[in-house]
Amino acid sequence: MADITQLEAFVTQVRRDIVRQVHKVNSGHPGGSLGCAEFLVALYQHVLQRKEGFNMDGNQEDIFFLSNGHISPVFYSVLARSGYFPVEELNTFRLLNSRLQGHPTTHEGLPGIRIASGSLGQGISVAIGAAAAKKLNNDNHIVYALCGDGELQEGQNWEAIMYGSGNKVDNLIVAVDLNGQQIDGSTDTVLPLGDVKGKFEAFGWDVVTIEQGNDIQAILEGMESAKTKTGQGKPICVLLQTVMGNGVDFMMHTHAWHGKAPNDEQLASALAQNPETLGDY
Amino acid sequence: MKTYIDTGKKDTRSGFGAGLTELGKTNENVVALCADLTGSLKMDAFKANHPERFFQVGIAEANMMGMAAGLTIGGKIPFTGTFANFSTGRVYDQIRQSIAYSGKNVKICASHAGVTLGEDGATHQILEDLGLMKMLPGMTVINTCDYNQTKAATIAIADYDGPVYLRFGRPKVANFTPENGSFTIGKAVELQEGTDVTIIATGHLVWEALEACKTLQEKGISAGVINIHTIKPLDAAAILKSVAITGCVVTAEEHNYLGGLGESVSRILAENHPVPQEFVATQDTFGESGTPDQLMEKYGLNAAAIVKAATKVVARK
Ligand SMILES: Cc1ncc(C[n+]2csc(CCOP(=O)(O)OP(=O)(O)O)c2C)c(N)n1
Ligand SMILES: [Mg+2]
Repeated sequence: MADITQLEAFVTQVRRDIVRQVHKVNSGHPGGSLGCAEFLVALYQHVLQRKEGFNMDGNQEDIFFLSNGHISPVFYSVLARSGYFPVEELNTFRLLNSRLQGHPTTHEGLPGIRIASGSLGQGISVAIGAAAAKKLNNDNHIVYALCGDGELQEGQNWEAIMYGSGNKVDNLIVAVDLNGQQIDGSTDTVLPLGDVKGKFEAFGWDVVTIEQGNDIQAILEGMESAKTKTGQGKPICVLLQTVMGNGVDFMMHTHAWHGKAPNDEQLASALAQNPETLGDY
Repeated sequence: MKTYIDTGKKDTRSGFGAGLTELGKTNENVVALCADLTGSLKMDAFKANHPERFFQVGIAEANMMGMAAGLTIGGKIPFTGTFANFSTGRVYDQIRQSIAYSGKNVKICASHAGVTLGEDGATHQILEDLGLMKMLPGMTVINTCDYNQTKAATIAIADYDGPVYLRFGRPKVANFTPENGSFTIGKAVELQEGTDVTIIATGHLVWEALEACKTLQEKGISAGVINIHTIKPLDAAAILKSVAITGCVVTAEEHNYLGGLGESVSRILAENHPVPQEFVATQDTFGESGTPDQLMEKYGLNAAAIVKAATKVVARK
């Protein structure tokens, strides 16, 4: 059993890492990062069956792809604090010559990253390819991916989604960060996504909805349920209902902090709301 | 040597926004499409003034290009807006078939080109777009150098019938070309006359070339500077006229040396007047995160790099 209190403390530290990274270089994407903090912490600290260290092929372990690469601050924080690279390296986020590029990349060889992302809409396809490789390798582990809800507006996703069910890619769990926000406003004002659950089901996927996408317990239960659905001929979609900017009051429920850094005062306020738990980098 | 004055740093994308706002008032056939980057592309004013002529397509660039092609059938003049990477590489076949091959009057307006996009890093910093676009038959390719010129170009391309790729950027840079100046597609602008070397620059590198010209003069090298805002069709006459005097060339662009302005100039020289040429451009590499200035320095895309290249090419004559 997972220790919920411990995971929550982990999340609090990740939130600090997110706002500190973005503040230091006055660029990056705190909103989506904060909204997915609980999910990525639950994933890396409990859900994924991972091996020690990093191996690109990820044979005989679960692997994860981040399709919405702009939420790199949360990904980097969780990877560092899960042992993939030194936590101090978070200091170099978005700086010249850093391995922590604005969007995750394999180009600089950062452990934990298996594909570049940032140009939206490509991650599900990659995850399907990796899932097919696992099957060819007789590897029974699961491929996970996360994408944004605005990101689902890219047509390539739907090509992949159609492929996934048509070809029974049932070792794949794709989570969608349903925060209802993107750059220009809410997804409803930019381009309504309509019934996302109905769309995935119509495309032949099994869907698990996690209504409390910022609640560790709910995430663990939802992911457990998703896991039990693997191996049954269908890919699985997890609809993760989150709050953009979660855990920093002035960033919550708005698209305004999608890609904006806090100033000094705002940083202080964000940090005051999230006390140090694992030690700042 | 002529003196050019920076009237205050401005971003070229704001020049695009200002031009589009003006077009909204003067040309009712102009319509605009954007893929969830209205603020970054400075299209807010057009959207507010003409909501019925503004199409928010969501994060769906391929659909945007196809829709733009369709809008021309019925006489509209569509201006699409997104980052340069998502304006080209992301949608190459949609542009190729529905716009270029079909001969549609679409204006592909591309911001955040090159490494000066900065911290977002290589996934967003396209350095191959000029090459991709100039290879398309019938495509006009423009890369403007400052706010005023970008505004003028935006307005000018509405009056030209045919597909256009208009490339501009994110950072605030020197604004030195005339306010409300004229813009003639395909006509290079000679900014400095010189006798020792011709510097042929485009986009953000034009101001750097003017700075380099001053340094070179102090070193006793007389450099001509040509602002190539239109990479295709390229103004061969202007290039050859200057090269006839100087006998060597430096090309400067925020783009890969493969496929960029430099190679287009090389072809003109090879066909007409072969002379030594040096390329100030990225050397077949992706970009990375950093501040625009750091990246221009690291990738050799500034006045210092132009001075070095000019000194070298003069010695090769
Ligand atoms: C192909 C592509 N088009 C446009 C962008 C610019 N962009 C970056 S994030 C974003 C919005 C993404 O919305 P969503 O997936 O909902 O993520 P959230 O804002 O919720 O973090 C856009 C349009 C991009 N990165 N890639
Ligand atoms: Mg979203």
